[in-house]
Amino acid sequence: MNEHPRFHLSPSSRASSFPAHAVDGLAGTSLKHEHLAAILMDKPQRAFFEVHAENYMGAGGPPHDALTRVRRDYPVSLHGVCMSIGGPQPIDKAHLARFKALVDRYEPALVSEHLAWSTHETTYFNDLLPLPYTEATLARVADHIDEVQEAIGRPILLENPSTYVIFPESTMSETEFIRALVRRTGCGLLLDVNNVFVSATNHGYAAFDYLMNFPLQHVGEIHLAGHAEQTDDEGDLLLIDSHDGPVADAVWKLYEIVIERRGPIPTLIEWDSEIPDWPVLQAEATAAQAILDRHAAGVCAHAG
Amino acid sequence: MRVDGGMSESGDARSFAAAFTSALLMPDRPAPAVVAGPSGKAAVKRYGVYRNNVTVSLINALAAVFPATQRITGSDFFREMARQHVRATPPTSPLLFEYGRDFPGFIEHYEHAKSLPWLADIARIERAWLDAYHAADADPLALATLAAIPPERLMDVNFVAHPATRIARSRYSALTIFSANRLDQPVSQIDASASEDTLITRPGLEVMARRLPPGGATFLIGLIAGESLGAAASAALDEAGAAFDLGGNIAGMIDAGVFVGVSEGSHDVD
Repeated sequence: MNEHPRFHLSPSSRASSFPAHAVDGLAGTSLKHEHLAAILMDKPQRAFFEVHAENYMGAGGPPHDALTRVRRDYPVSLHGVCMSIGGPQPIDKAHLARFKALVDRYEPALVSEHLAWSTHETTYFNDLLPLPYTEATLARVADHIDEVQEAIGRPILLENPSTYVIFPESTMSETEFIRALVRRTGCGLLLDVNNVFVSATNHGYAAFDYLMNFPLQHVGEIHLAGHAEQTDDEGDLLLIDSHDGPVADAVWKLYEIVIERRGPIPTLIEWDSEIPDWPVLQAEATAAQAILDRHAAGVCAHAG
Repeated sequence: MRVDGGMSESGDARSFAAAFTSALLMPDRPAPAVVAGPSGKAAVKRYGVYRNNVTVSLINALAAVFPATQRITGSDFFREMARQHVRATPPTSPLLFEYGRDFPGFIEHYEHAKSLPWLADIARIERAWLDAYHAADADPLALATLAAIPPERLMDVNFVAHPATRIARSRYSALTIFSANRLDQPVSQIDASASEDTLITRPGLEVMARRLPPGGATFLIGLIAGESLGAAASAALDEAGAAFDLGGNIAGMIDAGVFVGVSEGSHDVD
């Protein structure tokens, strides 16, 4: 597959403010304010932390103080939640400038956004909304990714969504759409395995088939999270991407399949509501780290 | 340059978002026809997931900005009040820590909150508290800087406010009620009828909310607006009379880090 990245790397003449901590092969967790004291006291040896970019777009105060302290000792992943890349209207220039400022300031090891949208006209809906997969939306989303990558001077990782509805007007599958975006923009991918499982269940296809059609070679980060169960209008299971509990067994199994095929990829445990005490969240990351390490050893053995 | 596949396709690409959002904040409207379930399934409950996510997450956002307000009213009351505000005034910025600026005004006119006339003022302090939390960092004005100004020029001095500084005035005991309800501790009976003016600022990493003495709010509001020390003091004296203590107010504002600098005419001093 030929890639034609259209972003230009800006010359890195600026002196770095932080050590360049590598994120390769690590399991990490979302950075929650509730856990900060425990993290700074425990000083976990191998970890990285992901933050929602928007929470650090204030001018100053405790959020920046906390992120600065964490960034000194760990790789940080900057995860944008509301760029509205998947929406039909132009990218919000002021928001993109704020995002770029965070990339410049914190030099994150990973930078990601969503294949989704959240703003229409002037209203911000605070949810990751779905889009139809057509040639027209493909062209627009590719333009938006180009614009973001051009602005920040590096490729982003685009995250696959969890969805509850389909658009009958779609002319291609989600994996076809994502493959085309990678080809057109040179972006990388953030594979959310829980999202794959949620969407597959909700839309009646096999999560394994989705993964086999997903361009795994472009995945630069993995997300794992918990989901909740509801039912649809027909009384069938409808999974909700709720991020409010431990990772489900089925998702761990799919994750291991991906790591077997691709080797260790930085993996993040997301837990955004009903937030547990730090040791509970850390235990989930430790479980992911064990899988990563097992397959890192495998890769080394083959290489040797 | 990329060109869209054609007028109709481009039109479709724009319209899906308009159609999808048309019922998100309106529970009585049916799910839009652009979405469906797989294999001919219905999408009423499926679309309802998005509708629920939007409304509940925005109510949660307001609850996070206004925790004392919620504690006073109780969760059910607060969430219903917040739900109505979310539907009437959804956010226009993706920065949710900016949301809720219109919520105190909404509370003031909310029919079911009429028996809590001070509730909007509690919400105003909470909104100011979050502004102070996220405001730019700056070193407060040192007493020595002020002391170095010759006494005969002092009344002409202007001050530069700290980016975190906010003043919230109330005809009620807003700060006492706010303070009692921000913490997860039992609240005893409070006399709400004594008017309280509150200074909210953040000289370091901790936001502070402090009660201002008589005339103090008028004095600081004047200084923040760029009035000279003499003019702001005169306005405070007009309001509070002998109860206004100029020396005490200056000492208090330096101690609280309300300002970051002074300027004398065209001459700036940090």
